Amino acid sequence: MADKVLDAKGLNCPLPILKAKKAILEVPKDGTLEVLSTDPGSVADFQAFCRTTGNTMLETGEDNGVYRFLIRHTG
Amino acid sequence: MSQTDSNQKSMSIIVTKGTLDWAYPPFILATTAAAMGVNVSMFFTFYGLALLKKDLDLQISPLGKPDMVMPLAGMHMKMPNIVGVIPGVNAMATTMMKNLIAKKGVASIPTLREAAVESDIEMIACQMTLDLFEMKKEDMIDGIKLGGAATYMEKALASDINLYI
Repeated sequence: MADKVLDAKGLNCPLPILKAKKAILEVPKDGTLEVLSTDPGSVADFQAFCRTTGNTMLETGEDNGVYRFLIRHTG
Repeated sequence: MSQTDSNQKSMSIIVTKGTLDWAYPPFILATTAAAMGVNVSMFFTFYGLALLKKDLDLQISPLGKPDMVMPLAGMHMKMPNIVGVIPGVNAMATTMMKNLIAKKGVASIPTLREAAVESDIEMIACQMTLDLFEMKKEDMIDGIKLGGAATYMEKALASDINLYI
C-alpha cells in the first residue's frame, strides 16, 4: 500500500505531472506515491519525470485504460 | 532536489503570443520544467503580455490558420479565411476551444498560470511593450517584474535552455 495515492484520472498533460510533483512532496523520503492516470502520454512522461528528478519508478501497469505508477520518493 | 543547488538547470522562455491556443506551450513547458526542478524565467513581450493581465480574456482566431482543425460531431472542421472575417466567428471558435479544453481534461490557462506563480516561476513583463501599448502594471497580476532586453539577455546567457514562443 502506497503512502499516498494521487487520482489523476481524466486529467491531461501537464496536470498529472504537476499534481504528482506536489503530492510527492507530501510523502516522506523513501515513501511511495501511487499515481492513477488515463492520459496515455503520462506513461512516457512519468518515466522522464522520475529520471530527471531522481525519484524511482518502482512499478508501472495498466488496467482497463487506467495507468498506474508506483514511485519512491528518492529525489 | 534543493532549490539552491548550484547545478540546478535553468530555462528562459520569451512569450510573444497572447491567444488562447498559443498561451498553452509556454505555460505547459514552464510549469512542467519547474515541477522537474528547473529554474524558469518567462519574459512576456508584445502580445504575450495579454497573458499577465488580471482579467484574462483570451480569444482564438481561425484567420490565417489553415492548420487549425476542430473536431465537430465526429468530423473535423476547417475554417476558410473568408469565414474567419465574419463578426462573431472568433467568439464562436473561442467557445468551441474552451468547451474542448474542459471536455478533454486540459488545464485552463488561469489554472496553469496559477501553477506557474505557485512554482516561483519568474515572470518579467517587457517595459517597452507596456509603454508602447499604454498598458499598466496595475492591470497585471502581482509578483511580476519589469525589464527589458538586457534583463532577458542576462537570464538567457545563464540558462541551459532558451525558448522563443
